[in-house]
Amino acid sequence: MTAMVVVDRLVKTFGNFVAVDGISLTVAKGEVLGFLGPNGAGKTTTMRMIAGFLTPTSGQASVCGHEVANDPIAVKRAMGYMPEGSPSYDDMTVRAFLTFIAAVRGLEGADAQRHIDRAVERVVLDEMIDRPIDVLSKGYKRRVGLAQAILHDPPVLILDEPTDGLDPNQKHHVRSLIKEMASEKAIIISTHILEEVTAVCTRAVIIGNGKLLADGTSDQLLAKLPDYHAVAVVVPVAQVDAAVAAMRGVPNVAYTQSETIDAGTARVRAIPKINAPILSDVASAMRNAGINVAEIFQDRGDLDDVFRLITTGAVKSAA
Amino acid sequence: MRQAWIITKRELYAYFATPMAFVFIAIFVAMTGAFTFYIGRFFDRNQASLETFFSFHPWLYLLLVPAVAMRLWAEERKSGTIEQLLTLPITTFEAVLGKFLAAWLFCGIALLLTFPMWLTVNVLGAPDNAVVFVSYIGSFLMAGAFLAIGMCMSALTRNQIIAFIAGSVVCFLFTMSGLDLVLNFFRLWAPDAVVTTIASFSFLTRFEALSRGIIDIRDLIYFLSLISFWLFAAVIAVETKKAA
Repeated sequence: MTAMVVVDRLVKTFGNFVAVDGISLTVAKGEVLGFLGPNGAGKTTTMRMIAGFLTPTSGQASVCGHEVANDPIAVKRAMGYMPEGSPSYDDMTVRAFLTFIAAVRGLEGADAQRHIDRAVERVVLDEMIDRPIDVLSKGYKRRVGLAQAILHDPPVLILDEPTDGLDPNQKHHVRSLIKEMASEKAIIISTHILEEVTAVCTRAVIIGNGKLLADGTSDQLLAKLPDYHAVAVVVPVAQVDAAVAAMRGVPNVAYTQSETIDAGTARVRAIPKINAPILSDVASAMRNAGINVAEIFQDRGDLDDVFRLITTGAVKSAA
Repeated sequence: MRQAWIITKRELYAYFATPMAFVFIAIFVAMTGAFTFYIGRFFDRNQASLETFFSFHPWLYLLLVPAVAMRLWAEERKSGTIEQLLTLPITTFEAVLGKFLAAWLFCGIALLLTFPMWLTVNVLGAPDNAVVFVSYIGSFLMAGAFLAIGMCMSALTRNQIIAFIAGSVVCFLFTMSGLDLVLNFFRLWAPDAVVTTIASFSFLTRFEALSRGIIDIRDLIYFLSLISFWLFAAVIAVETKKAA
């Protein structure tokens, strides 16, 4: 895997305010990296520095081997960038706007036409191509922004909140488009929708207060939760004590929790010692103790919890 | 240059995409005519010359040119398209130059559409067409200087009204700096050399020479260097204020 985007200790300050505080990361071809973080965490500022819109206070970024500070034009050629809210010239029609983008990207005539047709087809914008951009709905405007970003088939794509404000169908469409392109490109998307990370990203970083708080696949991020891989069983109330005793007998179980669901049944959870899978051990312990298990399942963990845990500072973990 | 020209074409498209272009051209042509005939008493003067016609240009430009320039950057910043524009493979200078050329060409089109005035004097008499030609060049250069100032002001704010007013005020100072109104203020305390320098910045002084048909290379250099200076200032303004 070759690193297409390398970010090295980027810092951006606005007066006394530190927006980005020493972020380093790399993105390789075939990767879709999700930027996760609360609003104001520094996601957009970081993207703007990689895209060459903002000059970093210190540190550097490079795209396809070109340093943003030394050769911004080469970086911008190699990259498709969709700014937050995908602003585009409202007074133009979709066709005129995309023709303008193609011209700036050095595409002309039949070549430009071919690229425009392909981009428009990919984002499903055909019916709107001769409409002025200012009459389009939010979803279509976002597609115009996507179309201009992928127009020249760049090796690197940076999309700032590509699905923000879209309805579920449109979100699904944009996500499958990103997945479709993922194998041949290095893609960075920012989002605060956590399900998006599981849906499209091969890796995610969590950014809070300008710092990189975590970097990993969604499974690696979930592993930061204390109750990741916890196992829960639903048993008759009469057998709760027996179930707890059986669980405590399993070597990797740290502690248990039990709660009553209704008059007849209760749920008992076994929380493992750090990241040890205990599902099969708990299952056989139940069987050996002769407990009448109605349901057994392993917690997949919730990225929302990881996000809250990391960004509110409850768990400090180096990237 | 190629990239700048692509920006120019887009900006021209933007001017003509709204009725603003036609309103501006209509007002400009109508007002130059009205000033020449009514205030300039064109017929009473009984001269086959366009001197009165051109003498009103600085004052019309003061009002109209900052209006052409005000949207160039303020609108980009307000709508956020500046981020889209400056992350395309173009330099800030190319973007500034492209926008300037579009606005200048637009003013040139408005200026060309005053040709009925030229036809009128030629029908009524035998004006010195060389003088008329030089006056048009002078007027066009002056419009460029006004535009460069207006565009720089537009790059400093996201508010088009502020851009318009700031542009008008700076253009006004440049226009008036040859007049006693401005110079007397400086004569009170500044050395003569400063007063002379300020006076030499005046649009009016330079433009009057050109509109009498006198081509002084220094006047041409004056306008072209003034345009260059303000374009350069606009590049710096865009670079430093783009994200604000």
